[in-house]
Amino acid sequence: MSTADPALLAEKLVDMVGRRAEAAVTVTHTCQGLTRFANSFIHQNIVDEHTEVDLQLSVEGRLAVVTTYRNDDEALASLVDRALAAAALRPVDPGWAGLAPPAGLVCGKDAHYDPGTAQVGPTGRAEAVAAFVAAGEGLEGAGFCETSLTDRYFANSAGQRLDSHGTGAALDAILRVPGSGGRPGSDGVASTYSSRFADLDAEALGRRAADCARRGDGPVELPAGHYEVVLEARCVAYLMDFFTFYGFNGRAVTEGRSFVAVGERQLDAALSMTDDATDPRQLGPVFDAEGTPKRRASLVDAGVVTGVTHDRRSAAQAGGGATTTGHGVAGGEAFGAIATAMLIEPAAAGASRPLASLVSEVEHGLLVSDFWYTRVLDPKTLVATGLTRNGVFLVENGEVGRAVSNLRFTQSYVAALAPGQVLGVGDDGRLAPGGLHLSLHYAPSLHLAAWNFTGNASA
Amino acid sequence: MDLAEAALAGALDAGARYADARVMAMTTESMSAQNGEVEGLRQGERAGVGVRALIGSSWGFAATADLSSRGARRAGEQAAETARASARLAGAPLEMAPVPAVHDHWESACAEDPMSVPLSDKAGLLASVTAAAQAGGAQIAQASYDIWDTTKWLATSEGSRISQRVRECGAALSATAIGDGETQRRSYPGIRGQYGTRGWELVRQLDLPGHAGRVGEEAVALLSAPACPERRCDLILGTEQMALQIHESVGHATELDRILGWEAAFAGTSWLELGQLGSLRFGSPLMNITADATLPGALGSFGYDDEGTSAHCVDIVRDGIWVGALSGRDSAALAGLPAGGMVRADGHNRIPMVRMTNIGLLPGDSSLEQMISETDDGIYMDTNRSWSIDDRRLNFQFGCEMAFEVKGGRLGRMLRNPTYTGISPQFWGSLDRVGGEAEWQFWGTPNCGKGQPMQIGHTGHPSVPCRFRNVRVGVRG
Repeated sequence: MSTADPALLAEKLVDMVGRRAEAAVTVTHTCQGLTRFANSFIHQNIVDEHTEVDLQLSVEGRLAVVTTYRNDDEALASLVDRALAAAALRPVDPGWAGLAPPAGLVCGKDAHYDPGTAQVGPTGRAEAVAAFVAAGEGLEGAGFCETSLTDRYFANSAGQRLDSHGTGAALDAILRVPGSGGRPGSDGVASTYSSRFADLDAEALGRRAADCARRGDGPVELPAGHYEVVLEARCVAYLMDFFTFYGFNGRAVTEGRSFVAVGERQLDAALSMTDDATDPRQLGPVFDAEGTPKRRASLVDAGVVTGVTHDRRSAAQAGGGATTTGHGVAGGEAFGAIATAMLIEPAAAGASRPLASLVSEVEHGLLVSDFWYTRVLDPKTLVATGLTRNGVFLVENGEVGRAVSNLRFTQSYVAALAPGQVLGVGDDGRLAPGGLHLSLHYAPSLHLAAWNFTGNASA
Repeated sequence: MDLAEAALAGALDAGARYADARVMAMTTESMSAQNGEVEGLRQGERAGVGVRALIGSSWGFAATADLSSRGARRAGEQAAETARASARLAGAPLEMAPVPAVHDHWESACAEDPMSVPLSDKAGLLASVTAAAQAGGAQIAQASYDIWDTTKWLATSEGSRISQRVRECGAALSATAIGDGETQRRSYPGIRGQYGTRGWELVRQLDLPGHAGRVGEEAVALLSAPACPERRCDLILGTEQMALQIHESVGHATELDRILGWEAAFAGTSWLELGQLGSLRFGSPLMNITADATLPGALGSFGYDDEGTSAHCVDIVRDGIWVGALSGRDSAALAGLPAGGMVRADGHNRIPMVRMTNIGLLPGDSSLEQMISETDDGIYMDTNRSWSIDDRRLNFQFGCEMAFEVKGGRLGRMLRNPTYTGISPQFWGSLDRVGGEAEWQFWGTPNCGKGQPMQIGHTGHPSVPCRFRNVRVGVRG
């Protein structure tokens, strides 16, 4: 049952709805394996396989979305009946913008698919974990190794048909020098996210994490204040969820809740930002929840905001000829359209530099490895508070020096990347998770003029 | 139960020395509205079986949505295979804290089945309250409700056979006013709404229409209110913010999996060390925290957790001393504690893990009115707006939607952008007034994220107003 062909299921459902409503169906078959470890042993290890059927239908603008994990004929018939009944009982949705018209993918349906990754099981993941832990040479390891296979098929009653097959692989973990006597340990983190399990060099990641953890032992405390910083790539990717959800989200822009003003230079000229799920460095589906193919969308060009993200609803709401940019997400009718595959790059070709070069230009500042638990205080200015994690180091006269205890910050992310604030862009771009657990983003390290640390994390 | 038993048999026949299987069927419904128009209506159903197998000291878990006997048995076998792979890096010898084998059925109380309330009525409620809140002056007024109806069948290799039906629901209303440089938001009854293991009667009792106009007006008023000053002063917190304070700085800190390091890379660890259990001063002698899964109607209530441990009440902090932890059977055994009964999963395809039940502050003998009257120079804050705490649950900075000056025992001016920050034991050590039973309120948090893959837990937080002395407020960006 759970291995039913997504295409057959979707076509069957569209037929079952027939002329009674406009229908859009997404069928997603997922095989996921995730191996977690802590204290250098595997303590949680899961495999999960299921097929989810999502049916969205509109009866003259009365919209309902129903989902199920069942896919037998009786369940599908029941799904259609429930959706029709629900739609009949609710008021017309004035924001309903109709179904996506037929349009082909701009990349191959297998753009993010690797057959070798689809075959990796718990034994392969356990070997990767063992290699990571061994590279720590006695340090405590914790983290996860994940592999996944996702087959997705979209069909609607306007004739749109889309298909995608994707794989994912990740190793994201820390190595820890244990603390003692109430003193926290020091952690180093390393990660790789890719569509190919073969890209996970567990031993190299382990060496990197171990080096950071050992250098972080015995940290000093620093007073609060504005510090020049080099944010490593994980920090920059972390920030991007906040820019995509609160900032570039077309609905937030239309409603006046976002900082974004299209056409204005709001960020530093050194930066460009695009969203492009078709880029080979990215993962995930190559069409959105409404059945619009993903394509490259420029959001910031040399610091000038060039666009926002829309689904069909938010584009209609914005007016002025706005069209969907292919950023519809499940549940987006309540919060808007979200970029899920950001690429942050230097505005000028060849302007990126090695991390060591960025650090060499810092007279007195901090090198920050990772962020943690950041939440927005004001969504319009993107003022947020959060903490550092997994390694902070003092930089003096261009040299990385003593480890620093974790710090709390309260900082406007927009102000941090504002014109004149980005002093350098790294050449170490990589995929890492956003801070709201929404998406993975491809980001480099950044050298910033200032970051507002408001206190020490332990005092 | 037949499917659970088939899965169990698959795991045991494949070599598991312990196994449990959970068949879970969940139906959900949610609706959202903005500015008088209903926007989202979603209904879902998920069903499947999840199996845990223990081989040596290594766990494996497998889930399938294939609800055939053969599919369930295959999931059990896969769980055992996965446990064998886990043995590549095996931990220390592992036992399970003992619990009696039980055959039982339990259901949460539900006076008015929320699924049976006509959609047109629910839509009318959300549309009308958002229109009323917008009429209060806010540019954006939003409202929503969520309903979960979950049935579970648990079979364990130790003989337990437990079925449960838990119905949960709740609603939320908010108004956002947009100024030139910032936005201000007011929510009712709290930032996350209010949720419980109850029926639609909970939503009716919230009386959203009675509060809609006010939240719209307050959001607008906040735009022109003075900013919360940066200083140290006495801080009075209302019950909704106290629920967040308890959740973040006590609930997560006392999770045994965090204390044991099992969440070190993601959710984090804890500043608490097991050797301090029973002697560490967590807060002032007025601080009494329990984990009580038996509170009727609270969001963290159930009959049995997902390991088959019966719901009960555990002291976590007594007279300010840390005395208890949130645990499951394996973590409890490692720590030498009895089974805590605090292990749950958010679906059939997620592994049960340590989750808060109803982690709450027991009432004292004061009241909000009395605290204000006894405060010469302070600030009263309520309704959470932002929350951030470090990975050891020690350093926090929380923001509220609204605050008022307290001068000479009276409420003064409204303040916008109030925040406060502290270190958990120092902050709780400054607790000197605790509200009484008349103000004891069971807040529900429906969105507690933890684990990989991420699970969304439903937790409850009974709380009362409290006063804390000499707190740093007004941290700025």
